Amino acid sequence: MSITKKVSVLAVGLGMVGTLAACGSSSDDAGGSGSGGSKTVTLVSHDSWAASKDVIAAFEKESGYQVKVLEDGDAGQAVNKAILTKDNPQGDVFFGVDNTLLSRALDNGLFQPYEAKGSDQVRPEYRTDQDKHRVTPVDTGDICVNYDKAYFSKHGLTPPTSFDDLLKPEYKDLLVTENAGSSSPGLGFLLGTAAQYGDDGWEGYWKKLKANGVKVVDSWEQAYNEEFSGSAGGKKAKGDRPLVVSYASSPPVEVVYADPQPATAPTGVADGTCFRQVEYAGLLSNARNPEGGRALLDFLLSKSFQEDMPLNMFVYPVREGAQVPEVFSKFGPQAKDPQTLDPAKIAGNRDQWVKSWTSLVLK
Amino acid sequence: MPPTPPVQPTPPEPTPPPMPSSLLSLEGATVRFGGRAVLDAVDLGVAEHEVVCVLGPSGSGKSTLLRAVAGLQPLDAGRVTLDGRDQSGVPAHKREVGLMFQDHQLFPQRDVAGNVAFGPRMRGASRAEQQARVGELLELVGLPGAARRSVAALSGGEQQRVALARALAPRPRLLMLDEPLGQLDRSLRERLVVELRELFGRLGTTVLAVTHDQGEAFALADRVVVMRDGRIAQSGTPLEVWQRPADAFVARFLGFDNVVEASVAGQAADTPWGKLPVPEDAPQGTRTVLVRPAGVRVVPADEGLRCTVTARTFRGTHVAVHLQPEDAPRLEAACALRAAPEVGAAVGVEFDAAEIVVLG
Amino acid sequence: MTRPGKQAVRPARTARGSAVRLGLMAVPVAFFAVFFAYPVAAIVARGLDVDGVWRLGRIGDVLAQSDVQHVLWFTTWQALASTALTLLVALPGAYVFARFDFPGKQVLRAVVTVPFVLPTVVVGTAFLALVGRGGLLDELWGLRLDTTVWAILLAHVFFNYAVVVRTVGGLWAQLDPRQEEAARMLGASRLRAWRQVTLPALAPAVAAAALMVFLFTFTSFGVVQILGGPTFSTLEVEIYRQTSQVFDLSTAAVLTLVQFAAVAAVLAVHAWTVRRRESALRLVDAATTARRPRGAGQWALLTGVLGVIVVLLVLPLAVLVQRSLGASGFGYYRALTSEDGGAFLVPPIEAIGNSLQYAVAATAIAVVIGGLAAAALTRRDAGRFVRGFDALLMLPLGVSAVTVGFGFLIALDEPPLDLRSSWILVPLAQALVGVPFVVRTMLPVLRAVDGRLREAAAVLGASPWRVWREVDLPMVRRALLVAAGFAFAVSLGEFGATVFIARPDNPTLPVAVARLLGRPGDMNYGQAMALSTILMLVCAVALVVLERLRTDRSGEF
Repeated sequence: MSITKKVSVLAVGLGMVGTLAACGSSSDDAGGSGSGGSKTVTLVSHDSWAASKDVIAAFEKESGYQVKVLEDGDAGQAVNKAILTKDNPQGDVFFGVDNTLLSRALDNGLFQPYEAKGSDQVRPEYRTDQDKHRVTPVDTGDICVNYDKAYFSKHGLTPPTSFDDLLKPEYKDLLVTENAGSSSPGLGFLLGTAAQYGDDGWEGYWKKLKANGVKVVDSWEQAYNEEFSGSAGGKKAKGDRPLVVSYASSPPVEVVYADPQPATAPTGVADGTCFRQVEYAGLLSNARNPEGGRALLDFLLSKSFQEDMPLNMFVYPVREGAQVPEVFSKFGPQAKDPQTLDPAKIAGNRDQWVKSWTSLVLK
Repeated sequence: MPPTPPVQPTPPEPTPPPMPSSLLSLEGATVRFGGRAVLDAVDLGVAEHEVVCVLGPSGSGKSTLLRAVAGLQPLDAGRVTLDGRDQSGVPAHKREVGLMFQDHQLFPQRDVAGNVAFGPRMRGASRAEQQARVGELLELVGLPGAARRSVAALSGGEQQRVALARALAPRPRLLMLDEPLGQLDRSLRERLVVELRELFGRLGTTVLAVTHDQGEAFALADRVVVMRDGRIAQSGTPLEVWQRPADAFVARFLGFDNVVEASVAGQAADTPWGKLPVPEDAPQGTRTVLVRPAGVRVVPADEGLRCTVTARTFRGTHVAVHLQPEDAPRLEAACALRAAPEVGAAVGVEFDAAEIVVLG
Repeated sequence: MTRPGKQAVRPARTARGSAVRLGLMAVPVAFFAVFFAYPVAAIVARGLDVDGVWRLGRIGDVLAQSDVQHVLWFTTWQALASTALTLLVALPGAYVFARFDFPGKQVLRAVVTVPFVLPTVVVGTAFLALVGRGGLLDELWGLRLDTTVWAILLAHVFFNYAVVVRTVGGLWAQLDPRQEEAARMLGASRLRAWRQVTLPALAPAVAAAALMVFLFTFTSFGVVQILGGPTFSTLEVEIYRQTSQVFDLSTAAVLTLVQFAAVAAVLAVHAWTVRRRESALRLVDAATTARRPRGAGQWALLTGVLGVIVVLLVLPLAVLVQRSLGASGFGYYRALTSEDGGAFLVPPIEAIGNSLQYAVAATAIAVVIGGLAAAALTRRDAGRFVRGFDALLMLPLGVSAVTVGFGFLIALDEPPLDLRSSWILVPLAQALVGVPFVVRTMLPVLRAVDGRLREAAAVLGASPWRVWREVDLPMVRRALLVAAGFAFAVSLGEFGATVFIARPDNPTLPVAVARLLGRPGDMNYGQAMALSTILMLVCAVALVVLERLRTDRSGEF
């Protein structure tokens, strides 16, 4: 009996080793292992990271580095994980911390200084941390209320254009937004109202918005794919909210990802309801391949990457003179006068605002 | 298993004809599984206080017969009446019949008392009544003081007694037993069968039992019903069935091997074993003839039918000797212990008319 | 049928036997220590241990917050209500699957299990088609349940129906129907016979199923988020929020400990009921107990159960399929193979390949770890420590995936265990979820191997190795395959653990679906539905194969 078991343990053990070895060899091309090699530079990002293969390949060829990308959850998670591992980071460069979370990253000493080549080409309004150069702005986007064009033309209504408009009785029960406590656009929209109405005014605005029937769901996916009447998912799910908090880039994406592509976008953007998000990248403290990391940061600001971003991540370049694809400029122009908030102001108030907002709107 | 003559505690009585006053009667009872008739137009009556034993090989439909009476198996045709009342549409728990399952089906979560009290409890007996009934029945089946024991801890014989007590506790109009002693060892079985017979006689219980063991059936029953392929092959007192099996099937089922086709003319039957003497009143023509082992007499080799001894088996009271004639089916003879020939010996065989039965 | 007392007794080898058992357990114990206990302990410590000082006072502080108390209360009562509702809806289903024969039964049993192995991100939204706006209930009665607690409860029934049908139905099919008949002969009506005889026999299985459902609903995440809306929050959701968004690790640590304690208590009770379940019931071959329904009552019951299954389980899945078909028929499916899908560097269809690779590796790990653990737990003389281990194996089912994911990150960061950026981390995390299912499937089968068969083989000249190969292996092979298949299906559909781990850009199916759903655009949405449908079909096929392999003793799942 005991010998039987011993033999079986041995057999099973060998089997395990064999299986794992087989899997390892079959997945090498997909994942690779180890991140220490100096010829590999590792980018840690969130799940929305995307870039064109040939643009990456051109960088690899030119710089001699292999790029390895780790996707580490949604934007909030990715930042938090990077902070948790800052003494022994998973990679060399982190991309994807936005202005709503920037202070958390900086205060925790996530990045080491590096002024990327091309920083002087960044539009002035996106430059930040100019004395230390711990982060490099990479892209920007606007969180805005989107509207379902079909709904408004059918009902002979003019779409709203400002935060104030959203309080009007004709837009009662039309808006769906996201939980500011768990969703990045939800938080952006809250910050937009805070920027517009100030510390003393935003709560009063939300009280009225609530009275005007704003609906709050937990995630962008639910708001956009289930509740919003203008999206593909919303149509199938019989969504009945023609106003949704989304991105200024959503309308062009609706055009790009339709088959066949329509002549005009089915949705539009309420221009006066926008909050500007800027995403930054930085060289991680204790990076194992700082040289490679610096090269990668340079690349993120390069014209080729900046022009590649819009159709991959649906964001706008920060670099002066970077061309935006026509579909983008045509269906998703950047907001003319978006709300902005100083990262320090956000850092000081974010948690308290979310808390007040939660008890005001959700309870 | 050798045919053992039935041990009858009471002398056999003539078969009571199926009376209209039967407690239980089946008329044309038919059950089909798929296309096959497992019960095929069975007519059967059981009178009050009568103990009837249905005997048959496995698959003959005897368990289905019990389940049909119990209401656990709906009939495809025919009907079951109890006390003259048609039972179709009466659910199992309202028929007031008891069924003791082959493997007892004691409830493992309950102790002995919980099992025995189950029936009275279902019929609304008070706690005191239940308790009294449990005591009474455990006494009756010879397990006084076992009330609090777990059924898992009981021996096979004890389980059987508890199952019996449980079945009797609600005072069923008719008690049905499915292979009541089937799982027990032989000596226990022989003892219990006598106890059961005595108990049923004392209580006046009406019993319908099924078994594949003819010894059990003969020992227990007032009347034996032999089943084959869903039909009744023969019905009669144990002695009648034993003495005059209805056909070759019944004879072989009872353990008789010396069965052949023969043409009977007058007091002689022409068989592969030669001309055999038959009783005067034997039916004539092409018939099946049974020669009981006791009717096969071993004589010296130069007399009678010439055979070789192929085997002998000690049976306690006698020795069964297997004989192989040259051009005829094998014969079995019952010899006295001393007179049994050795294996390989050449012997002669003669036949005794008193032990030869012409069937049908 | 295992009865105590029939097992061969080998007193002389007890000491050696326990040494072997410890040896067998070493691998699973090490696995759980390294890949579960250590990471979870590390993240909890990070939250409570500030500069070497344990701030245990935080526990009291956090628990005193009214928000937290509200979450605790809601978590508990919704889990209790979900469990009760699931039992109410699924017990008739368990009966029908156990006792009736009807065409398509095997396939249907696989179908009802599909929601259980699919991630909420995939089918949660489809469930809205039943209870949401324009859903069936809305169309029929104008009843909308989305963002109400009813949506959460019904969705919990949807996901856990199979747990009850498989756990309770599995035992029910093996209960001798003559027990009930015996009661009926003694004057009990059908209902009373069921209550008096069958229910007590089933009770341990019902309790085990109820505890599993309670465990899954107590730790519910996606259902609460997607169907409940932002006003409802379970502990699991709160742990996720505190870890992922608010970055308040000390609150998260306290909540993790609370959930851990609750889950451990549930599992302790579960282990106890499972042991009772294996006690002296006399079981029969399940194949002999099912028959075609007869009589109006039974047909009505069968029809009712099938109706519930169609409405509650099949309809949401069907909605998924319907949404995956665009105006151009299979256009979304064709798009899956195209390179220029912006959401990925590779065609989304490659997610299927990734998923299969990960699932195979996860299955291999789960089968080895779970198989060894089951072998160690097999013997009935197993001591207290071993029994505790049984429950320990289930703990990963009750610990938040975000906790494990973050724990991996800070615990497994030193060579030789710096696995943070290795592909193996994903299958390891998936295996943590798969192992409990392997153990629960294998254990009853291994325990049922009669020791006398081994003795018979030995007497006939088989060496110990040959005994294992000729006796044990053939008897457990089917169970092993079933266990592997279930682990495979669970791994395929695993989303929580996978998404909280850093991964190179080779997404699994559920991750790819989540990502496609995270973008606007008809094609992205359609492809998400198409991938979901493919995932559903792959899981369904795996489960149908399992049904063919299923043995009577294939444990709980």
